[in-house]
Amino acid sequence: MLSVEVATPLGGLELEAAFEVAPGRCLALAGPSGAGKTTLLRIVAGLLRPAQGRVRCGEALWLDRARGVDLAPERRGCGLVFQDYALFEHLNAWRNVAYGMRGTPRGERRARALALLDRFGVAHRADARPSRLSGGERQRVALARALAAEPRALLLDEPLAALDARTRAAALRELAALLRELAVPVVLVTHAFTEAALLAGEVAVVDAGRIVQRGAPAALAARPATSFVADLTGASVLSGTARAQPTPDVDAALTVVDLDGGGIVVATEPGAGAVAVAIQPWEVTLEPPGEDRHGSARNRLDVEVVSLAEMGNRVRVGLAAPQPLVAEVTRDAVAQLGLAPGARAVATWKAAATRVLPR
Amino acid sequence: MSLRAAWFPLLLGAALALAAAFLALPIAAIFLDAGPARLLASLDDPAAVEALRLSLLTTSIAIAIVVVVGTPAAYLLATRRFRGRALLVTVLELPLVLPPAVAGLGLLAALGPHGLLGGALEETGIALVLQTAGVVVALVFVAAPFHLRQAQAAFAAVDPRWSEASRTLGASEARTFARVAIPAALPGLGAGVALAWGRALGEFGATLMFAGSFRGITQTAPLAIYDRFATDFDGALALAAVLVAASLVLLLSIKLLTRDALG
Repeated sequence: MLSVEVATPLGGLELEAAFEVAPGRCLALAGPSGAGKTTLLRIVAGLLRPAQGRVRCGEALWLDRARGVDLAPERRGCGLVFQDYALFEHLNAWRNVAYGMRGTPRGERRARALALLDRFGVAHRADARPSRLSGGERQRVALARALAAEPRALLLDEPLAALDARTRAAALRELAALLRELAVPVVLVTHAFTEAALLAGEVAVVDAGRIVQRGAPAALAARPATSFVADLTGASVLSGTARAQPTPDVDAALTVVDLDGGGIVVATEPGAGAVAVAIQPWEVTLEPPGEDRHGSARNRLDVEVVSLAEMGNRVRVGLAAPQPLVAEVTRDAVAQLGLAPGARAVATWKAAATRVLPR
Repeated sequence: MSLRAAWFPLLLGAALALAAAFLALPIAAIFLDAGPARLLASLDDPAAVEALRLSLLTTSIAIAIVVVVGTPAAYLLATRRFRGRALLVTVLELPLVLPPAVAGLGLLAALGPHGLLGGALEETGIALVLQTAGVVVALVFVAAPFHLRQAQAAFAAVDPRWSEASRTLGASEARTFARVAIPAALPGLGAGVALAWGRALGEFGATLMFAGSFRGITQTAPLAIYDRFATDFDGALALAAVLVAASLVLLLSIKLLTRDALG
């Protein structure tokens, strides 16, 4: 069990966070840059000393400011994969991997490094300098190097951020498979919620130095505690004001929100005053314009298509409602409805799929 | 390309040609004036050989001291922030701009028989003034800032995350210094050694004032050249040519040795 408890000034804000990760589990710290995620990793690795804090890994106490304990990074055995991998440019790939093999006899290091590189599918690049490797190869060498030192915990700082979009999808799958095999606690930092959701069993959302919500990725997406978390999970977040008075023709038990810029949204969740409403893109259905209300969806907004982006077998449709709204639909639906930038449509979704969050 | 568009590249080229011609001309003249026969003859002259041998010996010892002490010192300056760091860096660079005569005076005032530490040195039985050891002291003083400056810049250019990665991979700070910082900074360190060695080989004023010019003891090649200049211009020229050739070989080999590090 890796347990971390930290309080330290960070730029203009106070970083204050506590979390635990069990062996074989992965916790993702997700949030915008500048929130303090990387700082937390550096504290755990021993590269930064916090004003206050305790870090414990299994039986070993790594840091306890109150008791004056602060183990040097090399004595913690905590693997850290840097955002841009920080491979040693003066060593080739296998020597990078062999660098941390203190316990392995000198004569066996090359064979072990090659075996590790082979496991990541880059054994054929063993003699190449890092500058000659592609982004994906560098990431694999960095992972192999961190694992070669047999860390007691593994920290990954934005492991996919330095990769181009095409490499990233494959690297994501490989990394997910690797994380399932590892028997040590893993902490992953990312600004992308989808990455966190695919790689980690649990996500802690970090904002302005604090963990604002923590839970399984699906739970965070379904029940974001704040509009910030909703935004991070990829939901569309619309701002508006909840009506204090009941609205004619609408059940008084529902919340009615007047959106800034026009339109109304109905939600089953309670809310008052200035609110944000959050809708996940896969909850939004698109219909041809002008059709009458049918079916059970309470929310209908006239929208204009702004953008189309294919994501695998889905298309993310950017809409102006007039506030930005995103719908995820199939390619068939795009063709059938003739969706193109400038086209008009009606976006519908259920009141029960609408989160109402304080602003 | 019209002249209108090409004037700037032409200007750059002309400036470089002018600089190269001006700097190379005296060096070429030394070799042309001396001639191969005179060069070989000067190598038979025991005084010349002695001066060259002394130059190589004293500069080697001085550079060894500069590298062994200066490299870790430069690493500290490059990787740590502390109060008074900027002031310290300036003080360490000051010898770069001191006139050699001032450097010699300073060394006498500090380490001479009546200098600040003169008494203490005398008690421990260390004699510097008018001794070969004094030449080494003068060379270290004038050459060290070149290496310190260059090494500091070289270490500062090493990605700090490499050192951090090394630590998380189980290497101590000392091992990180030896296995990551030095190899990564090697081309810059080599340039520092080359500059410092070049400066030491040409050192004249401070050596003359602090150690004197005694054949076989403190008369290095530059002092021997000056010594001959008044009476034997051709001999001085020949010795100068040998010194230039030795410096060139030294600089080239250091560059070649350290360039390989990053492939």
